[in-house]
Amino acid sequence: MTTVRASACPACAAAPAAESLAKADLPKARVLLSVPEVHCAACISTIERDLARMPGVNSSRLNLTLKRLSVDAEHDVQPADVIARLDALGYEAHELDAGTLSMTETERQGRELLMRLGVAGFAMMNIMLLSVAVWSGAEGPTRDLFHLISAVIAIPTVAFAGQPFFRNAWKAMRAGRMDMDAPISFAIILTLGISIFETLQSGAHAYFDSVVMLIFFLLAGRYLDFRARAVARSAAQELAALEVPRAIRLDGGAEATVNVAELVAGDLVLVRPGGRMPVDGVVVSGQSELDRALLTGETLPVFAGDGTMVSAGEVNLTGPLTVRVTASGKDSSLHRMADLVANAESARTKYTSLADRAARAYAPTIPILALGAFVVWMYLTGGDLRTSINVAVTTLIITCPCALGLAVPAVVTAASGKLFRKGLLIKDGTALERLAEVDTVVFDKTGTLTLGTPAPTNLDTVPDDARRVALALAEASGHPLAASLAKGLRDLGLRPAPVSELTEVPGYGVEGQWHGVRVRLGRPAWVGAQAVESTAAYLSLGQATHAFTFTDQLRPGAERVVDMLHQQGKQVWLVSGDVPAAVQALADRLGIKHWHAEALPQDKAAKVGALQDAGAKVLMVGDGLNDTVALSAAHVSISPATALDAARAASDMVMLGRDIGPIADALRMSGQATRRIKENFWQSGIYNAIFVPVALVGLATPLIAAAIMSLSSIVVTLNALRLK
Amino acid sequence: MEVLTILIPVSLILGLLGLGAFIWTLRKGMYDDPDGDSQRILTDEYDDKPKPVEKPE
Repeated sequence: MTTVRASACPACAAAPAAESLAKADLPKARVLLSVPEVHCAACISTIERDLARMPGVNSSRLNLTLKRLSVDAEHDVQPADVIARLDALGYEAHELDAGTLSMTETERQGRELLMRLGVAGFAMMNIMLLSVAVWSGAEGPTRDLFHLISAVIAIPTVAFAGQPFFRNAWKAMRAGRMDMDAPISFAIILTLGISIFETLQSGAHAYFDSVVMLIFFLLAGRYLDFRARAVARSAAQELAALEVPRAIRLDGGAEATVNVAELVAGDLVLVRPGGRMPVDGVVVSGQSELDRALLTGETLPVFAGDGTMVSAGEVNLTGPLTVRVTASGKDSSLHRMADLVANAESARTKYTSLADRAARAYAPTIPILALGAFVVWMYLTGGDLRTSINVAVTTLIITCPCALGLAVPAVVTAASGKLFRKGLLIKDGTALERLAEVDTVVFDKTGTLTLGTPAPTNLDTVPDDARRVALALAEASGHPLAASLAKGLRDLGLRPAPVSELTEVPGYGVEGQWHGVRVRLGRPAWVGAQAVESTAAYLSLGQATHAFTFTDQLRPGAERVVDMLHQQGKQVWLVSGDVPAAVQALADRLGIKHWHAEALPQDKAAKVGALQDAGAKVLMVGDGLNDTVALSAAHVSISPATALDAARAASDMVMLGRDIGPIADALRMSGQATRRIKENFWQSGIYNAIFVPVALVGLATPLIAAAIMSLSSIVVTLNALRLK
Repeated sequence: MEVLTILIPVSLILGLLGLGAFIWTLRKGMYDDPDGDSQRILTDEYDDKPKPVEKPE
């Protein structure tokens, strides 16, 4: 008995402990959401205050810079709950997969750079304080003391803050390449060494301030560059993480939510209305309609029933479908498309950025000039090593490309910040430069120039009774045509007719009873109506039938963007997978002269390729899976945020809002940015042209070196800020 | 010139203090959301003390 007790008691004592331990072990759910629409102080307090009241939420914090909300909550809080809560507040939110966001790595790099920048900055200020005394005439032991203190500050600073340059230079030298960091490191180390030597010899000139200043300005350029890229990278990662790929697998009647990667051929998958096909497959039960717009560019939904082949990426509209997986992962049509993209990308000629070209031309001249100065002075002074080395070092530090390091990052940061505010995200650093060269713009139709959502066109030609019945029927369905019809009718101030026994027949339409008459809204054959040419929904009232026609809605800003592109002298093309009539109608409406219909993905890419072969620089704007190949083949590409992730991944820029107008701004801005970058190169070139001769004849002092270095850097930065 | 013996250490110490403060702000994550911080100033919440910043993992 006692033994039983002895063994039972620890167990019962341990049980709650184990329970609490298990609870503690369960990681607190950290829900990460992307909230693209937040922009102000009111947004922050509304969201944070509301979430604080949500049960299970411990705290939340909205990062306005990254437009990202992180919620610290108990583990029973689901991301979907938080999303619904935000939706009620009027904010669109998407779940982010915390795993794919390697934020910590990016943040660590950023902090490290900022830390080095800070150390260099404070060291620069302190050394400058001492240097001013030397410049204003400190002599003898005082000057030596000041130089010595400067050295004590400068040596650890260079050792710490200069590491990024030394590391890159070492890497480049081992690979046998010459890049900008090699001459920079060379200049830093040599100047520091000579300055220490001069200090110990009680020399008049020491360049500690210049060395630290050089590091400070170069790090500032690096940090700007990093920030611009980090924001773009994190936003791009957010977009990629938007669609957390999951599917509902049916295991003998039970539903299990699994990762798409775990599906194999033969599995049964349930796709609910509104869901996206996770795999290629065959419908085994259920009837519905499929939206194929993202894959083919067709605006009209197609019927799906038993035996219909479906492809990954299609959207199920009206009824639940059970699909037998025929291909998943690597074999799926999505993946085959990805292969095509990979091919197109490898064919894209490697673009050399302006900064690379400038660096390649400039990097060798720095050591050559310094070496030349050294040799000539050795000859002139008859072997005075100290003077010759001093002149060489001055030349080195004056030619060092402080302003050159800032020339591109300052402009790109200013431009991408301005475009980000307009809703354009630059994913690739050289995209702006490439965009500036564009002379031809190719648009996709559905989902790019149009919203991909239909709007009713002939509501006023249908009698009132029919319209009210149609409203009652349309509100019973989730089909996009029905939703749009219902909205259009409601906007006219109509109220639904009393229709009873409303039922939705997936794949066909909605039916009901109205004053003892059977009424139907849906496909023509089912309703018993004559099909008309354009996209339409059909209504039957007993014997009478009516057709509601629809047209795709233009994306806001579409007319403006085409006008502005024409004004800028660009050639505009419309290439779509849709039927010729629809494509021509849109082309006429927007005034686009060149159009091409019924294009397959390969045709789109071939069109872009043909234009580029003829010497054009093509900007491709598209959103569908059928555009991805063309997007990656084009000189530069843009896709809307609503595009499939494959399309977004293939593009250089992503348009965050609904408005397509910013594309014209981006083209204008890119031209300006490239001009500013070139101006900046010229500016730093002119500074060098003036001051290198001064250094070569041995007239440069540490004061002159420090002055031109800061002056040229500031001028370059101010020039970047002139962007409008 | 004797004043230098005081002034130089003072300037160095002040510099180090500034650097220390900078490192502290960096560690506390005060540069993670500049846009948000400039907006948060406008609300009257957390006027007595700042909202605790979540620690990066």
